[in-house]
Amino acid sequence: MRNFALILFLLLSSQTSYAVLQIDITQQAEGALPIAIVPFAWESPTTPVTERLDEVIKADLHRSGYFQPIAKKDFLALPTKGAHIQCKDWRIIGAENVVVGSVRAIGAIFEVNYELFDAIRCKSIEAQQFRVNASQLRRLAHQISDKIYQALTGQQGAFTTRIAYIVAKQIGEETRDFELQVADSDGYNPKTIYKSKESIISVSWSPDGRFLAYASFEHGPSTVYIQEVATGKRERLLKTKDQVSSPAWSPDGSKLAVVISRKGKRDIYIVDYQSRLTKRLTRTSSANFNTEPVWSPGGKHIVYTAHSGGRPQLYRIEVAGGRSKRLTFEGKYNTRGAFSPDGKLLAMVHNSGEGYHIAVLELESGAFSVLTQTTLDEAPTFAPNGSMILFATRDRKRGVLAAVSADGRVSQRFELKGGGDAREPAWGPFLIP
Amino acid sequence: MKAVKRLVAIVSISGLFMIGCSSAIKDLDDLESQADIGDVMEDTETGMNDIETAQGAGLNEPDIIEAHPLDETDTLLAKRVLYFDLDSALVKDEFSEVVEAHAGFLAENPNARLTLEGHADERGTREYNLGLGERRAQAVSQFLQLLGASSNQIQSISYGEERPADLGHDELAYQANRRVELVYER
Repeated sequence: MRNFALILFLLLSSQTSYAVLQIDITQQAEGALPIAIVPFAWESPTTPVTERLDEVIKADLHRSGYFQPIAKKDFLALPTKGAHIQCKDWRIIGAENVVVGSVRAIGAIFEVNYELFDAIRCKSIEAQQFRVNASQLRRLAHQISDKIYQALTGQQGAFTTRIAYIVAKQIGEETRDFELQVADSDGYNPKTIYKSKESIISVSWSPDGRFLAYASFEHGPSTVYIQEVATGKRERLLKTKDQVSSPAWSPDGSKLAVVISRKGKRDIYIVDYQSRLTKRLTRTSSANFNTEPVWSPGGKHIVYTAHSGGRPQLYRIEVAGGRSKRLTFEGKYNTRGAFSPDGKLLAMVHNSGEGYHIAVLELESGAFSVLTQTTLDEAPTFAPNGSMILFATRDRKRGVLAAVSADGRVSQRFELKGGGDAREPAWGPFLIP
Repeated sequence: MKAVKRLVAIVSISGLFMIGCSSAIKDLDDLESQADIGDVMEDTETGMNDIETAQGAGLNEPDIIEAHPLDETDTLLAKRVLYFDLDSALVKDEFSEVVEAHAGFLAENPNARLTLEGHADERGTREYNLGLGERRAQAVSQFLQLLGASSNQIQSISYGEERPADLGHDELAYQANRRVELVYER
């Protein structure tokens, strides 16, 4: 009990004072799994620690919408390992699963034990030990969340991934400030990767999570830059006077699809990342244009938006070239496709006269569903496990991010603490640990 | 049309005049600053006389530079923003006179250079709006070329929804933001 009380005094301190995303669940899945996350024992009370692992895990699981963490005040016991769990204590309060653990400091290293326990069958599901330094504790908590999520839903967790987005601030009458930021998937540890007085749009991750590509207006006409997240080193993709935008990395990382406006015609081009050779993929008529290319997860197709007479729709073309096939037929406006990681779903921005919503098309069956009620939605991006679609929308006068599950059962709101508009989100890939 | 002919006359004279004094010409990219010199510009007749005098007397009279037709405030040429309907790149009838005036100016001044900046309102996706802004700029460009401007005088840039004229989020702001701005290289 002494340890428990002590842990209660340890506060999260990694929140910085400026723009930070705070993510809240706004709609939880019906039948969310009740789970008890017991405060982890702290076995070296003299060493200060800034992260409460159990709190991070609890927040992760709750935010996912598929878990209902049980309030601590209802707990009848505070075990710290599976062997000490009395299953009836947890069945009484309705917990189907229990998470227990402990943290022990060995010099500058922390030894973390965690165990996931099935209170219904009364047996351990999994137990594991980790050794990390202080700066890795929070990430470890997300890794444990990933393990719990995988064990109980069968789907890989995405809590260790990162998101990139733009924060736009109005500074006085004339000046605006645009920041490209990268944060953990729970909004913590935001880092500004690039800052500009001109707009930044269309953020795209390289498949290894090392680089971001984006379109910048720093030279006037749009140009595409590639920037290494860890070092901040940036490089212009194409040295051309043509307007270039909408970069999208191929799944194998060897190419980028971009939009180039050449002689007034805006089309999709494929750029070889090494040689920077460009090849035109689409041929628009002069009254129309093609934009917003995305790669199918297998890398064989590009889905893009074709404007034709003010009624944009999504089309698919083979990267090798050939005829385009129209994919969307619902409503007068379907733009900015985004593939689910398994390639089965295509999310998009959809308008059939009642505002701009996120919709999803099941490619095989053609089933089409509108997922959101908000009316100025844009820029959908799937979590790498396919669980959620992150997008930008407007809440009264502010640009905010929100997320919805592909089945529409769960929704989340990302609040940007510290002011400004959040926009153009891109959910990063799974990282190889 | 009489007015246009006179305008053309001024243009051709001042075109010559500009060669010597281009460095002294005020940067009037900011349209608001033109309003400040409106009083000076009201009497076109005087302005013309001044130019002729300047031609005779040498090129060192700085106050008459303001008589350049692009600096006039109450002409069609002074209108530098064209507005568009939602999701449309069609140049509206109400702006055809303005486009004609600019086409005439460009035709008479082969050295004049114009950038068409296309914009969109904030609704819908950013890349789509970038394309839409470009279509609008292209539509104006084609119109200008049909009326005698040369393609090498005109370049188009799209800013999509990234540089709103009105920062609001209502219908009025949307209308103000669906536009093409005509920016002369000065």
